[in-house]
Amino acid sequence: MYDSDKIIPGLIIFVLFITFPVWYNHGDASEVPKPELPKDVKECVLPVADMRAEHMQLLNRWRDLVLRTGDRSYDVKIAGKEYQKSLMNTCMQCHSSKKKFCDRCHTYASVTPYCWDCHLAPVE
Amino acid sequence: MKYTFPLAAVIALVLIAWIGAQIPGMQYLFGVAIPYLAMALFLGGFCYRVVQWAKSPVPFRIPTTCGQEYSLPWIKQDKLESPVNASQVVARMALEILLFRSLWRNTKASVYDGPKLTYESSKWLWLFGILFHYSFLMIVLRHMRLFLDPVPGFVKALEFGDGILQIGAPTMYLTDATILLALVLLFGRRLINRQVRYISLANDYFPLFLIFAIATTGILMRFFLRTDVDIVAIKRLAVGLVTFQPSITTDIGAIFYVHLFLVSTLLAYFPFSKLMHMGGVFLSPTRNLPNNSRMVRHINPWNPDIKPHSYASYEDEFREDMVEQGIPVEKELPKKADD
Repeated sequence: MYDSDKIIPGLIIFVLFITFPVWYNHGDASEVPKPELPKDVKECVLPVADMRAEHMQLLNRWRDLVLRTGDRSYDVKIAGKEYQKSLMNTCMQCHSSKKKFCDRCHTYASVTPYCWDCHLAPVE
Repeated sequence: MKYTFPLAAVIALVLIAWIGAQIPGMQYLFGVAIPYLAMALFLGGFCYRVVQWAKSPVPFRIPTTCGQEYSLPWIKQDKLESPVNASQVVARMALEILLFRSLWRNTKASVYDGPKLTYESSKWLWLFGILFHYSFLMIVLRHMRLFLDPVPGFVKALEFGDGILQIGAPTMYLTDATILLALVLLFGRRLINRQVRYISLANDYFPLFLIFAIATTGILMRFFLRTDVDIVAIKRLAVGLVTFQPSITTDIGAIFYVHLFLVSTLLAYFPFSKLMHMGGVFLSPTRNLPNNSRMVRHINPWNPDIKPHSYASYEDEFREDMVEQGIPVEKELPKKADD
Protein backbone atom coordinates (compact mmCIF):
# COMPACT_ATOMS: atom_id res chain seq x y z
CA MET A 1 0.00 0.00 0.00
CA TYR A 2 1.39 3.39 -0.99
CA ASP A 3 0.94 6.69 0.87
CA SER A 4 -0.54 4.83 3.83
CA ASP A 5 0.55 7.71 6.10
CA LYS A 6 -2.09 9.85 4.42
CA ILE A 7 -4.71 7.33 3.31
CA ILE A 8 -5.18 5.45 6.59
CA PRO A 9 -5.78 8.63 8.67
CA GLY A 10 -8.12 9.79 5.88
CA LEU A 11 -10.11 6.56 6.08
CA ILE A 12 -10.24 6.73 9.88
CA ILE A 13 -11.59 10.29 9.69
CA PHE A 14 -14.16 9.15 7.13
CA VAL A 15 -15.38 6.23 9.26
CA LEU A 16 -15.53 8.39 12.41
CA PHE A 17 -17.47 11.02 10.48
CA ILE A 18 -19.99 8.53 9.08
CA THR A 19 -20.47 6.86 12.47
CA PHE A 20 -20.73 10.22 14.27
CA PRO A 21 -24.28 9.48 15.58
CA VAL A 22 -22.93 6.35 17.32
CA TRP A 23 -20.35 8.37 19.32
CA TYR A 24 -22.65 11.30 19.88
CA ASN A 25 -25.48 9.31 21.49
CA HIS A 26 -23.14 7.32 23.81
CA GLY A 27 -25.06 4.13 22.99
CA ASP A 28 -28.11 5.40 24.77
CA ALA A 29 -31.46 5.39 23.00
CA SER A 30 -33.18 7.92 25.21
CA GLU A 31 -36.79 7.53 26.25
CA VAL A 32 -39.51 8.54 23.83
CA PRO A 33 -41.11 11.79 25.01
CA LYS A 34 -44.59 11.56 26.48
CA PRO A 35 -46.61 14.73 26.03
CA GLU A 36 -48.87 15.37 29.00
CA LEU A 37 -52.50 14.87 27.99
CA PRO A 38 -55.39 16.81 29.53
CA LYS A 39 -57.05 14.93 32.36
CA ASP A 40 -60.70 15.86 32.02
CA VAL A 41 -61.15 15.73 28.21
CA LYS A 42 -60.55 12.52 26.32
CA GLU A 43 -61.40 13.57 22.77
CA CYS A 44 -59.72 15.99 20.39
CA VAL A 45 -61.02 17.71 17.24
CA LEU A 46 -59.68 14.83 15.16
CA PRO A 47 -58.83 11.20 16.03
CA VAL A 48 -55.47 10.75 17.78
CA ALA A 49 -53.63 9.25 14.78
CA ASP A 50 -54.78 12.08 12.53
CA MET A 51 -53.85 14.70 15.08
CA ARG A 52 -50.44 13.18 15.51
CA ALA A 53 -49.77 13.16 11.77
CA GLU A 54 -51.61 16.24 10.58
CA HIS A 55 -52.03 18.76 13.41
CA MET A 56 -49.55 21.14 11.80
CA GLN A 57 -51.44 21.07 8.52
CA LEU A 58 -54.72 21.62 10.33
CA LEU A 59 -53.32 24.60 12.23
CA ASN A 60 -51.87 26.04 9.06
CA ARG A 61 -55.22 25.68 7.30
CA TRP A 62 -57.04 27.30 10.23
CA ARG A 63 -54.62 30.21 10.26
CA ASP A 64 -55.07 30.89 6.54
CA LEU A 65 -58.86 30.57 6.66
CA VAL A 66 -59.29 32.70 9.75
CA LEU A 67 -56.95 35.40 8.53
CA ARG A 68 -58.57 35.56 5.10
CA THR A 69 -62.25 35.15 5.96
CA GLY A 70 -62.41 35.98 9.66
CA ASP A 71 -64.69 32.98 10.07
CA ARG A 72 -63.74 31.01 13.15
CA SER A 73 -66.62 28.54 13.09
CA TYR A 74 -65.54 24.92 13.05
CA ASP A 75 -68.47 22.55 13.37
CA VAL A 76 -67.02 20.05 15.77
CA LYS A 77 -68.77 19.27 19.00
CA ILE A 78 -67.07 17.34 21.72
CA ALA A 79 -69.28 16.39 24.64
CA GLY A 80 -71.83 18.99 23.56
CA LYS A 81 -69.34 21.83 23.49
CA GLU A 82 -68.63 23.60 20.22
CA TYR A 83 -65.08 24.47 19.27
CA GLN A 84 -63.82 27.19 16.97
CA LYS A 85 -60.78 27.47 14.74
CA SER A 86 -58.33 28.92 17.22
CA LEU A 87 -54.97 27.95 18.62
CA MET A 88 -55.37 29.88 21.85
CA ASN A 89 -59.08 29.33 22.44
CA THR A 90 -59.35 25.73 21.25
CA CYS A 91 -56.05 23.86 21.45
CA MET A 92 -54.54 25.64 24.40
CA GLN A 93 -57.74 25.44 26.42
CA CYS A 94 -57.19 21.73 27.05
CA HIS A 95 -53.48 21.49 26.27
CA SER A 96 -52.79 24.39 28.55
CA SER A 97 -49.05 23.85 28.95
CA LYS A 98 -46.83 24.50 25.95
CA LYS A 99 -43.83 23.09 27.77
CA LYS A 100 -45.51 19.87 28.84
CA PHE A 101 -47.43 19.25 25.63
CA CYS A 102 -46.08 20.96 22.49
CA ASP A 103 -42.43 21.19 23.37
CA ARG A 104 -41.88 17.61 24.47
CA CYS A 105 -42.11 16.09 20.99
CA HIS A 106 -41.01 19.23 19.17
CA THR A 107 -37.76 19.38 21.11
CA TYR A 108 -37.14 15.66 20.62
CA ALA A 109 -37.69 15.86 16.86
CA SER A 110 -36.09 19.32 16.55
CA VAL A 111 -39.20 20.99 15.21
CA THR A 112 -39.49 24.73 15.76
CA PRO A 113 -42.94 25.85 14.63
CA TYR A 114 -43.30 29.57 14.26
CA CYS A 115 -46.70 29.77 15.99
CA TRP A 116 -45.08 31.67 18.83
CA ASP A 117 -43.61 34.34 16.58
CA CYS A 118 -47.07 35.98 16.73
CA HIS A 119 -49.00 34.19 19.50
CA LEU A 120 -48.01 34.76 23.07
CA ALA A 121 -46.97 31.52 24.68
CA PRO A 122 -48.68 30.88 28.02
CA VAL A 123 -46.65 32.05 30.98
CA GLU A 124 -45.34 28.99 32.82
CA MET B 1 -32.86 1.11 -23.78
CA LYS B 2 -30.17 2.17 -21.40
CA TYR B 3 -32.53 4.04 -19.09
CA THR B 4 -35.53 1.71 -19.07
CA PHE B 5 -33.71 -1.03 -17.18
CA PRO B 6 -32.54 1.21 -14.32
CA LEU B 7 -35.99 2.79 -14.17
CA ALA B 8 -37.62 -0.64 -13.93
CA ALA B 9 -35.10 -1.61 -11.22
CA VAL B 10 -35.98 1.42 -9.10
CA ILE B 11 -39.71 0.79 -9.53
CA ALA B 12 -39.15 -2.83 -8.51
CA LEU B 13 -37.26 -1.69 -5.38
CA VAL B 14 -40.12 0.64 -4.46
CA LEU B 15 -42.66 -2.15 -4.91
CA ILE B 16 -40.60 -4.65 -2.90
CA ALA B 17 -40.47 -2.29 0.07
CA TRP B 18 -44.04 -1.06 -0.38
CA ILE B 19 -45.52 -4.56 -0.35
CA GLY B 20 -42.95 -6.12 1.96
CA ALA B 21 -43.41 -3.53 4.71
CA GLN B 22 -47.11 -4.34 4.91
CA ILE B 23 -46.54 -8.00 5.68
CA PRO B 24 -46.68 -8.43 9.47
CA GLY B 25 -43.24 -9.07 10.97
CA MET B 26 -41.36 -7.75 7.94
CA GLN B 27 -40.96 -4.30 9.52
CA TYR B 28 -37.88 -5.49 11.37
CA LEU B 29 -36.35 -6.73 8.13
CA PHE B 30 -36.87 -3.41 6.32
CA GLY B 31 -36.41 -1.18 9.34
CA VAL B 32 -33.50 -2.84 11.14
CA ALA B 33 -31.79 -5.75 9.35
CA ILE B 34 -31.47 -4.21 5.87
CA PRO B 35 -30.26 -0.79 7.11
CA TYR B 36 -27.54 -2.46 9.23
CA LEU B 37 -26.49 -4.68 6.34
CA ALA B 38 -26.42 -1.71 3.97
CA MET B 39 -24.34 0.38 6.36
CA ALA B 40 -21.87 -2.48 6.85
CA LEU B 41 -21.57 -2.88 3.07
CA PHE B 42 -21.12 0.86 2.67
CA LEU B 43 -18.35 1.25 5.23
CA GLY B 44 -16.63 -2.05 4.43
CA GLY B 45 -16.90 -1.60 0.68
CA PHE B 46 -15.76 2.01 0.82
CA CYS B 47 -12.63 1.18 2.84
CA TYR B 48 -11.95 -1.86 0.63
CA ARG B 49 -12.10 0.22 -2.55
CA VAL B 50 -9.86 2.94 -1.13
CA VAL B 51 -7.30 0.37 0.07
CA GLN B 52 -7.35 -1.30 -3.36
CA TRP B 53 -6.65 2.06 -4.97
CA ALA B 54 -3.90 2.76 -2.46
CA LYS B 55 -2.22 -0.51 -3.44
CA SER B 56 -1.97 0.56 -7.07
CA PRO B 57 1.36 2.26 -7.64
CA VAL B 58 1.55 5.55 -9.46
CA PRO B 59 5.00 5.08 -10.99
CA PHE B 60 5.45 8.57 -12.34
CA ARG B 61 4.04 12.05 -11.92
CA ILE B 62 0.85 12.44 -13.91
CA PRO B 63 -0.73 15.71 -12.71
CA THR B 64 -2.79 17.43 -15.37
CA THR B 65 -1.35 20.90 -15.48
CA CYS B 66 -3.10 23.79 -17.15
CA GLY B 67 -0.69 26.64 -16.39
CA GLN B 68 2.91 27.76 -16.24
CA GLU B 69 5.03 25.35 -14.24
CA TYR B 70 7.64 26.42 -11.69
CA SER B 71 10.58 27.77 -13.67
CA LEU B 72 13.07 30.62 -13.69
CA PRO B 73 12.49 33.34 -11.10
CA TRP B 74 11.20 35.96 -13.55
CA ILE B 75 8.60 33.62 -15.05
CA LYS B 76 5.38 33.71 -13.03
CA GLN B 77 4.28 30.28 -11.87
CA ASP B 78 0.59 29.34 -11.93
CA LYS B 79 0.41 27.97 -8.40
CA LEU B 80 -3.05 26.37 -8.67
CA GLU B 81 -2.73 24.92 -12.14
CA SER B 82 0.80 23.62 -11.74
CA PRO B 83 1.43 23.12 -8.02
CA VAL B 84 4.89 22.11 -6.83
CA ASN B 85 4.47 21.66 -3.08
CA ALA B 86 2.00 20.34 -0.56
CA SER B 87 0.27 23.62 0.26
CA GLN B 88 -0.35 24.41 -3.42
CA VAL B 89 -1.71 20.88 -3.93
CA VAL B 90 -3.98 21.27 -0.90
CA ALA B 91 -5.33 24.54 -2.30
CA ARG B 92 -5.92 22.94 -5.69
CA MET B 93 -7.63 19.89 -4.16
CA ALA B 94 -9.79 22.01 -1.86
CA LEU B 95 -11.07 24.06 -4.77
CA GLU B 96 -11.67 20.87 -6.73
CA ILE B 97 -13.56 19.14 -3.91
CA LEU B 98 -15.52 22.12 -2.62
CA LEU B 99 -16.16 24.05 -5.83
CA PHE B 100 -15.75 21.43 -8.62
CA ARG B 101 -13.20 23.65 -10.30
CA SER B 102 -12.38 21.33 -13.19
CA LEU B 103 -16.02 21.27 -14.29
CA TRP B 104 -15.88 25.05 -14.39
CA ARG B 105 -13.44 24.61 -17.27
CA ASN B 106 -15.75 22.34 -19.23
CA THR B 107 -15.99 23.20 -22.91
CA LYS B 108 -18.35 22.28 -25.69
CA ALA B 109 -17.01 21.50 -29.16
CA SER B 110 -19.23 22.17 -32.16
CA VAL B 111 -18.62 21.89 -35.89
CA TYR B 112 -19.99 24.54 -38.25
CA ASP B 113 -20.04 24.74 -42.05
CA GLY B 114 -16.64 25.34 -43.45
CA PRO B 115 -15.94 22.97 -41.73
CA LYS B 116 -15.08 25.05 -38.73
CA LEU B 117 -14.53 23.65 -35.25
CA THR B 118 -15.23 25.88 -32.28
CA TYR B 119 -14.88 25.40 -28.55
CA GLU B 120 -16.95 27.40 -26.13
CA SER B 121 -17.25 27.42 -22.37
CA SER B 122 -20.07 25.21 -21.09
CA LYS B 123 -20.75 25.60 -17.39
CA TRP B 124 -24.08 23.77 -17.23
CA LEU B 125 -22.62 20.57 -15.85
CA TRP B 126 -20.84 22.56 -13.15
CA LEU B 127 -24.07 24.34 -12.23
CA PHE B 128 -26.22 21.21 -12.12
CA GLY B 129 -23.51 19.28 -10.29
CA ILE B 130 -22.92 21.85 -7.59
CA LEU B 131 -26.66 22.34 -7.11
CA PHE B 132 -27.12 18.61 -6.66
CA HIS B 133 -24.15 17.92 -4.41
CA TYR B 134 -24.73 20.78 -1.98
CA SER B 135 -28.47 20.02 -1.78
CA PHE B 136 -27.66 16.41 -1.01
CA LEU B 137 -25.10 17.40 1.63
CA MET B 138 -27.60 19.72 3.31
CA ILE B 139 -30.27 17.02 3.27
CA VAL B 140 -27.95 14.42 4.81
CA LEU B 141 -26.83 16.83 7.55
CA ARG B 142 -30.41 17.90 8.19
CA HIS B 143 -31.42 14.27 8.67
CA MET B 144 -29.08 14.15 11.67
CA ARG B 145 -31.97 15.60 13.68
CA LEU B 146 -33.45 12.09 13.54
CA PHE B 147 -30.24 10.35 14.62
CA LEU B 148 -28.88 12.66 17.32
CA ASP B 149 -30.46 13.18 20.70
CA PRO B 150 -30.24 15.96 21.86
CA VAL B 151 -30.15 17.70 18.50
CA PRO B 152 -26.98 19.82 18.19
CA GLY B 153 -27.18 23.49 17.30
CA PHE B 154 -25.66 23.22 13.83
CA VAL B 155 -28.45 20.87 12.71
CA LYS B 156 -31.07 23.29 14.01
CA ALA B 157 -29.31 26.15 12.23
CA LEU B 158 -29.26 24.22 8.94
CA GLU B 159 -32.94 23.35 9.31
CA PHE B 160 -33.81 26.95 10.02
CA GLY B 161 -31.89 28.17 7.00
CA ASP B 162 -33.35 25.51 4.75
CA GLY B 163 -36.91 26.28 5.84
CA ILE B 164 -36.42 30.04 5.92
CA LEU B 165 -39.25 30.67 3.45
CA GLN B 166 -41.75 29.31 6.02
CA ILE B 167 -44.03 27.96 3.32
CA GLY B 168 -46.71 25.62 4.65
CA ALA B 169 -46.54 23.29 7.60
CA PRO B 170 -44.42 21.24 7.93
CA THR B 171 -42.14 23.93 6.51
CA MET B 172 -41.00 23.43 2.94
CA TYR B 173 -37.27 22.94 2.56
CA LEU B 174 -35.38 24.77 -0.17
CA THR B 175 -33.05 21.83 -0.72
CA ASP B 176 -35.99 19.51 -1.44
CA ALA B 177 -36.81 21.68 -4.43
CA THR B 178 -33.22 22.21 -5.54
CA ILE B 179 -32.25 18.52 -5.40
CA LEU B 180 -35.23 17.50 -7.55
CA LEU B 181 -34.50 20.34 -9.97
CA ALA B 182 -30.82 19.36 -10.16
CA LEU B 183 -31.67 15.69 -10.73
CA VAL B 184 -34.08 16.57 -13.53
CA LEU B 185 -31.43 18.80 -15.09
CA LEU B 186 -28.69 16.18 -14.78
CA PHE B 187 -30.99 13.56 -16.30
CA GLY B 188 -32.09 15.97 -19.03
CA ARG B 189 -28.46 16.67 -19.85
CA ARG B 190 -27.87 12.96 -20.45
CA LEU B 191 -30.90 12.79 -22.72
CA ILE B 192 -30.50 16.01 -24.68
CA ASN B 193 -26.77 16.24 -25.22
CA ARG B 194 -26.08 13.73 -28.02
CA GLN B 195 -22.48 12.98 -27.09
CA VAL B 196 -23.33 12.51 -23.42
CA ARG B 197 -26.31 10.32 -24.28
CA TYR B 198 -24.02 8.13 -26.41
CA ILE B 199 -21.61 7.51 -23.54
CA SER B 200 -24.29 7.20 -20.80
CA LEU B 201 -24.75 3.71 -19.44
CA ALA B 202 -27.32 2.01 -17.24
CA ASN B 203 -25.04 2.59 -14.25
CA ASP B 204 -25.16 6.34 -14.93
CA TYR B 205 -28.95 6.43 -14.97
CA PHE B 206 -29.54 4.10 -12.02
CA PRO B 207 -28.16 6.41 -9.28
CA LEU B 208 -30.06 9.33 -10.80
CA PHE B 209 -33.35 7.45 -10.67
CA LEU B 210 -32.59 6.00 -7.25
CA ILE B 211 -31.77 9.37 -5.68
CA PHE B 212 -34.78 10.90 -7.42
CA ALA B 213 -36.97 8.19 -5.87
CA ILE B 214 -35.39 8.76 -2.44
CA ALA B 215 -36.06 12.50 -2.61
CA THR B 216 -39.59 11.95 -3.90
CA THR B 217 -40.53 9.47 -1.18
CA GLY B 218 -39.05 11.81 1.42
CA ILE B 219 -41.08 14.73 0.16
CA LEU B 220 -44.25 12.62 -0.09
CA MET B 221 -43.73 11.41 3.46
CA ARG B 222 -43.18 14.89 4.85
CA PHE B 223 -45.92 16.76 3.06
CA PHE B 224 -48.49 14.49 1.45
CA LEU B 225 -48.73 10.90 2.68
CA ARG B 226 -48.62 11.72 6.36
CA THR B 227 -50.88 8.91 7.54
CA ASP B 228 -49.08 6.88 10.20
CA VAL B 229 -45.91 8.91 9.80
CA ASP B 230 -45.20 9.32 13.49
CA ILE B 231 -41.99 11.33 13.69
CA VAL B 232 -41.38 10.37 17.31
CA ALA B 233 -41.53 6.65 16.50
CA ILE B 234 -39.28 7.23 13.47
CA LYS B 235 -36.73 9.07 15.56
CA ARG B 236 -36.90 6.35 18.21
CA LEU B 237 -36.05 3.81 15.49
CA ALA B 238 -33.27 5.98 14.01
CA VAL B 239 -31.66 6.69 17.39
CA GLY B 240 -32.14 3.01 18.23
CA LEU B 241 -30.28 2.01 15.07
CA VAL B 242 -27.23 4.14 15.88
CA THR B 243 -27.20 3.06 19.54
CA PHE B 244 -27.69 -0.62 18.66
CA GLN B 245 -31.01 -0.79 20.54
CA PRO B 246 -33.42 -0.62 17.61
CA SER B 247 -37.11 -0.88 18.32
CA ILE B 248 -40.21 -0.16 16.28
CA THR B 249 -42.74 1.17 18.74
CA THR B 250 -45.78 1.70 16.50
CA ASP B 251 -46.96 0.99 12.98
CA ILE B 252 -45.13 3.36 10.68
CA GLY B 253 -46.55 4.05 7.22
CA ALA B 254 -45.23 1.98 4.30
CA ILE B 255 -43.86 5.12 2.62
CA PHE B 256 -41.27 5.34 5.41
CA TYR B 257 -40.04 1.81 4.72
CA VAL B 258 -39.88 2.56 1.00
CA HIS B 259 -37.73 5.61 1.73
CA LEU B 260 -35.50 3.66 4.11
CA PHE B 261 -35.16 0.71 1.74
CA LEU B 262 -34.13 2.97 -1.14
CA VAL B 263 -31.55 4.70 1.07
CA SER B 264 -30.26 1.27 2.14
CA THR B 265 -29.99 0.33 -1.53
CA LEU B 266 -28.03 3.50 -2.24
CA LEU B 267 -25.65 2.80 0.66
CA ALA B 268 -25.11 -0.82 -0.36
CA TYR B 269 -24.66 0.11 -4.03
CA PHE B 270 -22.35 3.03 -3.33
CA PRO B 271 -18.94 1.31 -3.02
CA PHE B 272 -19.46 -0.73 -6.18
CA SER B 273 -20.50 2.14 -8.40
CA LYS B 274 -19.33 5.37 -9.95
CA LEU B 275 -20.59 7.08 -6.80
CA MET B 276 -17.20 6.13 -5.33
CA HIS B 277 -15.97 9.39 -6.86
CA MET B 278 -16.69 10.64 -3.33
CA GLY B 279 -13.57 8.84 -2.16
CA GLY B 280 -11.91 8.81 -5.54
CA VAL B 281 -11.69 12.57 -5.85
CA PHE B 282 -9.17 12.55 -3.00
CA LEU B 283 -7.10 9.85 -4.68
CA SER B 284 -6.99 11.08 -8.26
CA PRO B 285 -3.30 11.30 -9.17
CA THR B 286 -3.93 13.80 -11.94
CA ARG B 287 -5.03 16.25 -9.22
CA ASN B 288 -3.25 15.32 -6.03
CA LEU B 289 0.34 15.02 -7.27
CA PRO B 290 2.59 18.06 -7.25
CA ASN B 291 4.20 18.80 -10.62
CA ASN B 292 7.75 18.58 -9.24
CA SER B 293 9.38 16.02 -11.49
CA ARG B 294 12.17 18.52 -12.32
CA MET B 295 12.91 19.16 -8.64
CA VAL B 296 12.56 15.73 -7.03
CA ARG B 297 13.74 12.40 -8.37
CA HIS B 298 10.82 9.96 -8.43
CA ILE B 299 11.78 6.33 -8.54
CA ASN B 300 9.47 3.71 -9.93
CA PRO B 301 8.53 1.58 -6.88
CA TRP B 302 8.88 -1.75 -8.67
CA ASN B 303 12.23 -1.06 -10.31
CA PRO B 304 14.58 -4.05 -9.81
CA ASP B 305 17.66 -3.33 -7.73
CA ILE B 306 20.37 -2.98 -10.42
CA LYS B 307 23.88 -2.25 -9.15
CA PRO B 308 25.98 0.17 -11.22
CA HIS B 309 28.50 -1.64 -13.42
CA SER B 310 31.37 0.57 -14.60
CA TYR B 311 33.50 -0.24 -17.65
CA ALA B 312 36.55 -0.80 -15.45
CA SER B 313 34.80 -3.49 -13.42
CA TYR B 314 33.27 -4.95 -16.59
CA GLU B 315 36.78 -5.30 -18.04
CA ASP B 316 38.01 -6.81 -14.77
CA GLU B 317 35.27 -9.42 -15.04
CA PHE B 318 35.81 -10.35 -18.69
CA ARG B 319 39.48 -9.45 -19.33
CA GLU B 320 40.69 -12.98 -19.97
CA ASP B 321 37.92 -13.67 -22.48
CA MET B 322 38.47 -10.31 -24.18
CA VAL B 323 42.20 -10.89 -24.58
CA GLU B 324 41.52 -14.38 -25.88
CA GLN B 325 39.12 -12.96 -28.48
CA GLY B 326 41.59 -10.22 -29.45
CA ILE B 327 39.43 -7.36 -28.12
CA PRO B 328 41.59 -4.40 -27.04
CA VAL B 329 41.70 -3.88 -23.28
CA GLU B 330 42.75 -0.85 -21.26
CA LYS B 331 44.71 -2.87 -18.72
CA GLU B 332 46.66 -5.84 -19.86
CA LEU B 333 46.53 -9.22 -18.18
CA PRO B 334 49.12 -9.57 -15.42
CA LYS B 335 52.36 -11.17 -16.57
CA LYS B 336 52.57 -14.85 -15.77
CA ALA B 337 55.23 -15.83 -13.27
CA ASP B 338 57.07 -18.27 -15.53
CA ASP B 339 57.53 -15.81 -18.46
